[in-house]
Amino acid sequence: MDRYEKYEHDVLIIGTGGAGLRAAIEASAAGVSVGVVCRSLLGKAHTVMAEGGVAASLANVDERDGWKVHFTDTMRGGQYLNNWRMAELHARESPDRVRELEAWGALFDRTKDGRILQRNFGGHKYPRLAHVGDRTGLEMIRTLQDHGIHQGLSIYQECTITALIKNEDRVIGAFAYDREKGKFKVFQAKSVVLSTGGMGRIYKITSNSWDCTGSGISLAYHAGAELIDMEFVQFHPTGMVWPPSVRGLLITEGVRGEGGVLRNSENSRFMFNDIPDLYRNQTSDNEDEGWRYTQGDREAKRPPELLTRDHVARCIVREVKEGRGSPHGGVFLDIAWIKDKIPNAAAHIKRKLPSMYHQFKELANIDITREPMEVGPTTHYIMGGIRVDADTQMTSINGLFAAGECAAGLHGANRLGGNSLSDLLVFGKRAGEYAAGFARENEMVQVQEHQVEELAAEALAPFEKGPENPFQIQGDLQVMMQDLVGIIRSESGLSKALEGIGKLWERAKNAGSGGNRSYNPGWHTALELKHMLTVAEAIARAAKERQESRGGHYREDYTGKSEAFGQVNITVRKQENGTMNVEQIPIKPIRDDLMQTIQEMK
Amino acid sequence: MATVTFNIWRGDHEGGKLEPYNTEISEGMVVLDAVHQIQAEHANDLAVRWNCKAGKCGSCSAEINGRPKLMCMTRMSDMPTDKPVKVEPMKAFPLIKDLVTDVSWNYRVKQKIKKFKPRPPDHEDGTWRMFQADIDRVQEFRKCIECFLCQDVCHVLREHQLHDTFIGPRQMVFNAALEMHPLDTEDRLKNLKEEGGIGFCNITKCCTTVCPESITITDNAIIPLKERVADRFYDPLKKLFRLFKKNEK
Ligand SMILES: Cc1cc2nc3c(=O)[nH]c(=O)nc-3n(C[C@H](O)[C@H](O)[C@H](O)COP(=O)(O)OP(=O)(O)OC[C@H]3O[C@@H](n4cnc5c(N)ncnc54)[C@H](O)[C@@H]3O)c2cc1C
Ligand code: SF4
Ligand code: SF4
Ligand code: FES
Repeated sequence: MDRYEKYEHDVLIIGTGGAGLRAAIEASAAGVSVGVVCRSLLGKAHTVMAEGGVAASLANVDERDGWKVHFTDTMRGGQYLNNWRMAELHARESPDRVRELEAWGALFDRTKDGRILQRNFGGHKYPRLAHVGDRTGLEMIRTLQDHGIHQGLSIYQECTITALIKNEDRVIGAFAYDREKGKFKVFQAKSVVLSTGGMGRIYKITSNSWDCTGSGISLAYHAGAELIDMEFVQFHPTGMVWPPSVRGLLITEGVRGEGGVLRNSENSRFMFNDIPDLYRNQTSDNEDEGWRYTQGDREAKRPPELLTRDHVARCIVREVKEGRGSPHGGVFLDIAWIKDKIPNAAAHIKRKLPSMYHQFKELANIDITREPMEVGPTTHYIMGGIRVDADTQMTSINGLFAAGECAAGLHGANRLGGNSLSDLLVFGKRAGEYAAGFARENEMVQVQEHQVEELAAEALAPFEKGPENPFQIQGDLQVMMQDLVGIIRSESGLSKALEGIGKLWERAKNAGSGGNRSYNPGWHTALELKHMLTVAEAIARAAKERQESRGGHYREDYTGKSEAFGQVNITVRKQENGTMNVEQIPIKPIRDDLMQTIQEMK
Repeated sequence: MATVTFNIWRGDHEGGKLEPYNTEISEGMVVLDAVHQIQAEHANDLAVRWNCKAGKCGSCSAEINGRPKLMCMTRMSDMPTDKPVKVEPMKAFPLIKDLVTDVSWNYRVKQKIKKFKPRPPDHEDGTWRMFQADIDRVQEFRKCIECFLCQDVCHVLREHQLHDTFIGPRQMVFNAALEMHPLDTEDRLKNLKEEGGIGFCNITKCCTTVCPESITITDNAIIPLKERVADRFYDPLKKLFRLFKKNEK
């Protein structure tokens, strides 16, 4: 048997994005011992990429804002499939969570009277996003990191968890290898928090970073936890499409907010041709009014480019499919045109969108103050994930908690921009608090030697296997998910995808890697395939089950919303025999006072 | 499309060498893409650290043709490709494998710097008021993505290996961000002079040149800190003046 190191902590936290760090700080404040594991270096998690801001009804810019408005916006955005208790807690608690960051050293942009500045974003009624230029995620993660390292945490960097360890119905630890030497580590803990982030990397075109393979969602699934809302994936309408190496890289919604417009190859503003009835009253039908809206005219209605992310993404796909796309398979996003409207447009654009200017200049050789950008949808966020209790963040397994993008419920069928960073703070804190509470009330259970042996053997298997190249399988999965489980889905496409995933599972059994155990990406990728395939399968199965179109999920064979599906969430769970079980569960009726709040805000 | 040769450093702390690989370069590729392509096609176990591929996380630092750079922000089209492109790990840190170095020293040093200590909230709502003009400078420092390229290029660390006596430009920027934070009440000048070794910096500005976030490390962070340290510890007149000032209060 391979040697391994063993560590014991009251609480083990897996992942150091915003959610994991916030959980760690809270658990350690509760006086328990905390171990924190991340498979990248500290401070490099995907959270670092967030741009626009963190949503909280501080009401610093518009005094009419408050938690009730934020709650209502979040429910509407999620098309009422949200866990309403989570939406309530999130709206009530996010202002305190943001102010707390300031007490730990964060420096948000300021209002004229010296308070935290807030900006407008899609779906938020009032200016609500606290931000630092377009690098809010960096500010958040660095603040939590620099505060957290003084809280007595034991931090294990570049250490990957490959499985959770259970005793009967409770999670008691996790199995890991370190990246540097490939040595095994066993973490024994009274409670475990998963904060492993999203899964964008199972698609070919994505804005997500390397870490985002959905591994935490899969770890929970294989331990028997319930997943929910897996069919809801958010495709952001504007990612870069050219050059190929940067395909998917995010272009912030801010470009359209500043007056950027979408055009097809016929130079037509195609978004005017398809305005959903639900939004007709709020959307302008002429170019001039749309322009005035972006310049702060409170009487003007918003241009159709600023309709919801899912709708804009689908319109772009349609233009391309019908042959009106740009040379590299996108459409044109033009901000340069505002030079017809305002003097010194170039300087204005550079000041308002510094990193977008920089990104196109550096990576595509395009000057956005002179030429249009080519853009197309990119895989951005998963609303679904591990099912949790709203108040405690405990999953359906004892002792296992989850928070952040890997957990689900808050966002329903579609997430509003800015609501993720606040989600990390509010529910990261709660997960840390309740995981610490659980640890205090429960005894440590010993991990058994035979459990370790089995997991070690599984982890070493790729060295015995071949000839399949793990990178090749990963690449094939990404292409297939993009084509068949992407923005536009259908019964036949999803069936084909499930068949394809089945074949990839077979190939993955022979995925091998050469070299030794020290910092070996081939080995890591071979081990990661199990997680990527699990999450891909869960998305495809849930998407097949939901025979309607709603939020991030669009079926070309069921283009409308169905009342029946509006009453249910879809859950996914591993059965005794190892197969995936999909089920519809009714949504719990909303509390009367919250229902009333929604009615009042309509 | 063109075939380009990459000489990539392969090996670990026991030794290694530059290994040549040929790969096809297509439009818009960055060095990190080429390295990934080589990894997928020829060398599955080639070690390289990366996360965002967007210049935001600071993981993919390396030396490209001898220059410290982020691999994900270095375009192939800006590179002469008639001769091989050389890709090596950072030299100021111990090697783990191939292009990956052990940067844990940076984390250990940072942990020892006295943490942020705000003054009590001064507003009835339990928060503070701060004005944009007063935080612009600190926001510049907080753009740092901890790529450690400035540490890599600084001769005090790179050539003289004085890791035990000098905390390096990145941690100077970090100190500056704390010292100039409008709410902070901690005093770190003695630490900067002693454990920090600020005197070792002789203002060559190499760190500023390589910073991918364009932070003016030397002029905006290090020199003002040096001045504060000098004021406190070396200027008897100012010392006297401070004494009077104190008495006035
Ligand atoms: C370009 C971009 C811009 C965005 N902008 C915004 C915005 O402006 N506002 C907003 O609200 N949201 C935004 N989002 C979304 C938001 O950034 C993410 O949803 C959020 O950061 C996720 O945080 P997290 O803490 O859940 O996970 P992450 O930050 O993804 O962290 C996951 C952690 O888990 C670790 N991990 C994963 N698997 C394992 C394993 N098996 N073993 C050990 N460790 C593991 C990773 O190393 C990492 O530390 C943006 C997203 C993108 C892509
Ligand atoms: S300016 Fe100082 S810190 Fe920067 S590289 Fe030169 S000696 Fe090092
Ligand atoms: S100061 Fe600049 S070069 Fe140094 S670590 Fe930060 S971002 Fe990198
Ligand atoms: S991969 Fe993040 S900076 Fe290069």
